[in-house]
Amino acid sequence: MQPAFSVIFLTVLIGAGQGLFLALFACELGGLVPDNAERLVLAKGGALAVLLCLFGLLASFFHLGRPERAWRAATMWRTSWLSREVIVLPLFIAVCAGWALAHGLGAPGTLWIGVLATLVCLALYVCTAMIYASLKFLQEWASPLTLVNYLLIGCASGTTLAAAFAGLAAPALVPGLATSAWLLTLLALAARVASLIRNAGLKPRSSLQSAIGVKHPVIRQRSQGFMGGSYATREFFHGRTRLALRSIRWFFVLSGFVLPALLLACLEPSRAVLMLAVTLQFFGLIAERWFFFAQANHPQNLYYQAVS
Amino acid sequence: MTQLALVIDLNVCVGCHACVTSCKQWNTSGSAGPLTDDNPYGADPIGSFFNRVQTFEVGEYPETQTVHFPKSCLHCEDPPCVPVCPTGASYKRKEDGIVLVDYDKCIGCKYCSWACPYGAREIDEASQVMTKCTLCVDRITDTKLPESERKPACVMACPTSARLFGDVHDPESAVSEAIRERGGYELMPEWGTRPANRYLPRRQAD
Repeated sequence: MQPAFSVIFLTVLIGAGQGLFLALFACELGGLVPDNAERLVLAKGGALAVLLCLFGLLASFFHLGRPERAWRAATMWRTSWLSREVIVLPLFIAVCAGWALAHGLGAPGTLWIGVLATLVCLALYVCTAMIYASLKFLQEWASPLTLVNYLLIGCASGTTLAAAFAGLAAPALVPGLATSAWLLTLLALAARVASLIRNAGLKPRSSLQSAIGVKHPVIRQRSQGFMGGSYATREFFHGRTRLALRSIRWFFVLSGFVLPALLLACLEPSRAVLMLAVTLQFFGLIAERWFFFAQANHPQNLYYQAVS
Repeated sequence: MTQLALVIDLNVCVGCHACVTSCKQWNTSGSAGPLTDDNPYGADPIGSFFNRVQTFEVGEYPETQTVHFPKSCLHCEDPPCVPVCPTGASYKRKEDGIVLVDYDKCIGCKYCSWACPYGAREIDEASQVMTKCTLCVDRITDTKLPESERKPACVMACPTSARLFGDVHDPESAVSEAIRERGGYELMPEWGTRPANRYLPRRQAD
């Protein structure tokens, strides 16, 4: 597939926003935020999570040919995971904003709002991942590992961000968050590597034989039917070399997972270290999502193997 | 239950692309608006087509055969592109089984095209909505046309009658008979989409 940056930014930003909320709410649940001054920290952190999700939502509009009709996308929630995401994302933004606001105003009941936001947040991870995992013939995506990856990568990046945020606003929370961040990053790395190994061993279920229904073992395309481009050749081919793909894979494994985890595990979590970890992980995860899309090999590509 | 579909005879398709051009002509002239070409005279032209004819070479030289292979939307009986559509713009008509896109509801999210294993859908560059073969729904249902012309434009244009059109659920229809007697098959049966369009395999030459 040709990766679309609108969708890359959407999924990376909301994943991190959701993870940031979960990390902050875990701090609240763990009783790490006893006094009122610290509650303001949760309010600001919650606002940051909302902001990330809003930016993600904004990015998603750039994927649409007719963004002015985006509201229609909420109608088919009974059958479409995309429609479900379109409903659950604004819902999460609203409940998370309510949680942040309640902390900001010092209102009671934040625990209950937080529990509700957590449920919506988990539902959002499921919706986002199922958009891809439910397409059974995109074999690289059609796996429970896609769900695990979206969840763990979101939690890891959100917690790293929470640690960096705490470094600026609430130093007392830094040690716990930094430790959680490198643990989650390693866990996410393990799951992502598991999916890389799975995908490396995939056997495509479709072949040129099943695509055109001719059983002969030797079939070559001589013409795809046109010499210019088409939607089918632009949308489903990334057009990069194997070397480029392999380089991007190494980059995302190192920058998105290994280096941030090493930084957080081995160095004193100073502000500079935390900011560096967040920055490295952000660019690494953008590359990770790019690779996620590029690696998916659409069976329609069988029909577009030779111009003429 | 009617299921309209095309049956394509690979024995007689000569790869002339008449179906491609007549499809383009009919569907760019209709009430749904043009099927546009973007940058048609530039270095990197791109255009929307509902139907393509591809060419494959089967076998090792000199034992080779050239197979011309027309490909359009297969109007699956279990179309994976329909349930994924977030707006309901992509739908399958109950009365005749045609898979259509409501251009007024489509938001151009492209998700349905990802969900189609055959690559049958194309975004129109000008209108930015998803387009696909309609089986010339505006032709085949037009009672002002003489009955013999109520067929898709590609079927009308084919000089070798490689394209048959009809109801594949009616066992008495010519298409059902062709499928039954000549082993009409589905493309990529492994995904369970149950394409309504079938292809008639090459017959052994004497």
